[in-house]
Amino acid sequence: MLRYFINRLVQGIIVMIVLFSLTFFLVKALPGSPFKTEKAIPEHIQARMNAYYGLDQPLPVQFAKRATNILKGDLGSSLRLEGREVSEIISQAFPVSLQLGLVAITLAIGFGVPLGVIAAWKKNSLLDYSTMAIAMAGICLPSFVIGPILADRFGQKWKILPAMGWANLNPLFWILPAITLGLVSAAYLSRLTRAGMLDTLSQDFVRTARAKGVSQKNILIRHCLRGGLTPAVAYIGPAFAGIISGSLVIESVFALPGLGTHFIKAIESGDEPVLTGIVLLFGVLIILANFATDLLGYWLNPRLRS
Amino acid sequence: MSITTTSTPIVVEKGASLWRDAAHRLGKNRAATISLFVLIVIFVSCLVLPSIRNLIPDPNIQDLAGKNSPPSGAHIFGTDHLGRDIFSRVLYGGRITIAVGLITTSVSVTLGVFWGAIAGYVRGFVDDLMMRIVDILYALPFLVIVILLGKTIEPWTTTLTNDTVDLLVGQGASVAKENDTRTWVEPITTLVPLFLAIGALSWLTVSRIVRAQVRNVASQDFVEASRSLGLGHFTILFKHILPNSLGPIIVYTTLTIPSIMLFEATLSFLGLGVKPPNSSWGILISEGADRMSANFWLLFFPSLFFATTLFALNFLGDGLRDALDPKSSKD
Repeated sequence: MLRYFINRLVQGIIVMIVLFSLTFFLVKALPGSPFKTEKAIPEHIQARMNAYYGLDQPLPVQFAKRATNILKGDLGSSLRLEGREVSEIISQAFPVSLQLGLVAITLAIGFGVPLGVIAAWKKNSLLDYSTMAIAMAGICLPSFVIGPILADRFGQKWKILPAMGWANLNPLFWILPAITLGLVSAAYLSRLTRAGMLDTLSQDFVRTARAKGVSQKNILIRHCLRGGLTPAVAYIGPAFAGIISGSLVIESVFALPGLGTHFIKAIESGDEPVLTGIVLLFGVLIILANFATDLLGYWLNPRLRS
Repeated sequence: MSITTTSTPIVVEKGASLWRDAAHRLGKNRAATISLFVLIVIFVSCLVLPSIRNLIPDPNIQDLAGKNSPPSGAHIFGTDHLGRDIFSRVLYGGRITIAVGLITTSVSVTLGVFWGAIAGYVRGFVDDLMMRIVDILYALPFLVIVILLGKTIEPWTTTLTNDTVDLLVGQGASVAKENDTRTWVEPITTLVPLFLAIGALSWLTVSRIVRAQVRNVASQDFVEASRSLGLGHFTILFKHILPNSLGPIIVYTTLTIPSIMLFEATLSFLGLGVKPPNSSWGILISEGADRMSANFWLLFFPSLFFATTLFALNFLGDGLRDALDPKSSKD
């Protein structure tokens, strides 16, 4: 077991190194300069700024410098937002995305998985069709449609919930964005759970259990749930990492100070330090999420533990 | 596969191929047959109606006098803020959206199924290596790659567009005819290469799901049994394990199509997808969302087509899942 953990840790470190190198050169290949603003900056000033940030040096030199700094734990400072450290930007924006994402994923699992189980259990019934129709509506209606509708109804018209903005640890501000953000995942989860459950329900051991007189509820929960959850679990890992690292659409609809906006702005302006910082954070999240998914897979299927 | 591997070993059935059984069962599933019919109607009308001369208005012709008019006899879906006919914009946009959705999804699902199936079946070092590559691709800024790709292939797609138009129109044709052809050729020749590339990068979750599923199925007794019968790895994986993992694969495929179709709208905002004045369902929906309180029809009709297509695909997928399940009864 310990060997497995160490093995995965080493793999994770290699992934991070490759990830950093690829991201660095990809961002450098992007068109545009981080100092391009609406007002044209005179050339000599641009040259000075490039020199100040070390951007006039050859790429391999820049790369080596960045790599050593990051190894020392210094992510650098933003090129677009003057004088702001990448670690400071992330530590301000990430908690917002994290809180929102955790609520959203909890909603998604809490609704998606049970609905999928019920739909599989009552397959081809009205209950099944209506659940899956709601799920498909969740997938067809993109968040840039749902978000404004929710904000308009609950925020502006009925004035039940704040339509936009953010206050840390205030659940009232979470509700609308979290519903908008979690809806798609809930829909995915219910569809995948249904498919996984149906696969498991048609296996021979279920017939044996039925023949033995095991109750329908016990067949579902005790015999099938573990096997049936496999596809949903495989989806949840990466989806979780994606959700807690911010979404531009949600953040702009509800005016939230999250990570997604910084990410897009950094891409638009070629702000390599910020972008690399966010990508590295996301890399850690993905590695952890997929590791947790694999562990969960072993727990769900005892036959894999060998 | 001439002998079914599960349930009834005593009755040897003749020529019961998975696909023939499936086609038979699919035909008996009413929701799936209706869905198939609806899909055909939508696909054919998007493909054929715009090609018939003077049947529907030009989707890009502006009529500022008749702008923002609600659905009426002249414009059955109404007009937008530039007086363009929404019905023909939906049909023309449907061509792009459907093409993009189907092409990208088939590339991405094929890649993902192979990648995940091999990783899940072989396990060990190969699995670790393949899944760490997936981790890296997950974490890489997808949008950056797509932007770079878009810029890189742009000159190439321009040539492709010109060559295709020349080929279709032929020498000495009128300028009007050439522009006519260009209108519908250009979106295809510029988008298809880009979305092939996107498909080649968006198979990650499929591969994770397939891998998990294959690992589970591979740990079942019948796989052990087929191994002891001396079957090769290829046969075991592709004829025994994958058919038993089809359910989640099909469902995930029907989920990938809408997300790709909507991603196209995002790309168009960044200037990489469909170029204005051309349109797609994703763009029409997001334009409609901006004006939904004033002119609901701008959001309603594109969404209606989008949702109907996806619902039908979904029920067809469910029907296929049931029909292709090797374990379901033979009737």
